[in-house]
Amino acid sequence: MTADVRLTDAAFDPAALLAAFTGQFGGAGGVVSFLGQVRDGGSDGDGVEALELRHYAPLTLPGMEALAATALTRWRLEGLLVIHRHGVMLPGDPIVMVAAAARHRREAFAATDFVMDHLKSDSWFWKREKTAAGWRWIEPRTQDFADRARW
Amino acid sequence: MAKLVFLGRLEDRAGCAEMAVTPGPLADILAGLDPALALDLLGERVRWALNGKLVGESEAMVLGEGDELAFLPPVSGG
Repeated sequence: MTADVRLTDAAFDPAALLAAFTGQFGGAGGVVSFLGQVRDGGSDGDGVEALELRHYAPLTLPGMEALAATALTRWRLEGLLVIHRHGVMLPGDPIVMVAAAARHRREAFAATDFVMDHLKSDSWFWKREKTAAGWRWIEPRTQDFADRARW
Repeated sequence: MAKLVFLGRLEDRAGCAEMAVTPGPLADILAGLDPALALDLLGERVRWALNGKLVGESEAMVLGEGDELAFLPPVSGG
């Protein structure tokens, strides 16, 4: 089993991706998915007009693939999908989706949670937000490191 | 030439995403930059990648023709 790991600058359709994923893994009793989208209001609640995620090609996708491979060694999964946007996005746009299919639900929940915590704190992305005051880089949140330390 | 790559907020500090530099000792290259930018690049939370692989942050490094050194500030993804 290999994971389906994608890094894209194009918008994606979470419902279509999830339908294709679940269709592929009919033997799985449980599918867990997480969708992250651009929040209306931004990290401080001020009006965010756009969000940009930058990446560094030599590191970002290889890092995501290594993360997915680690998840596959830790939990017994039938399938794993990790898709992450880069580029400029607007409020409501999907940023990231992780889906895990497993025979039993707990492994799917845990693997999805693990991958998301590491995407937030470990993956090579840099985020900035545009408000009426202009573009501003977002610093990592201490909560993200605490989330990663759970594993 | 060699290339420096600036990610995240370092791009704003540098005023560009990448910069062509004359190959040679990194200390000499950094000495030719705006001192405030050089100080940021040497910050303890900034990781370095040489030709796409993470490396130890050492000013003793020498950049050769075609080398690419990327400066990676703390990530904020997802």
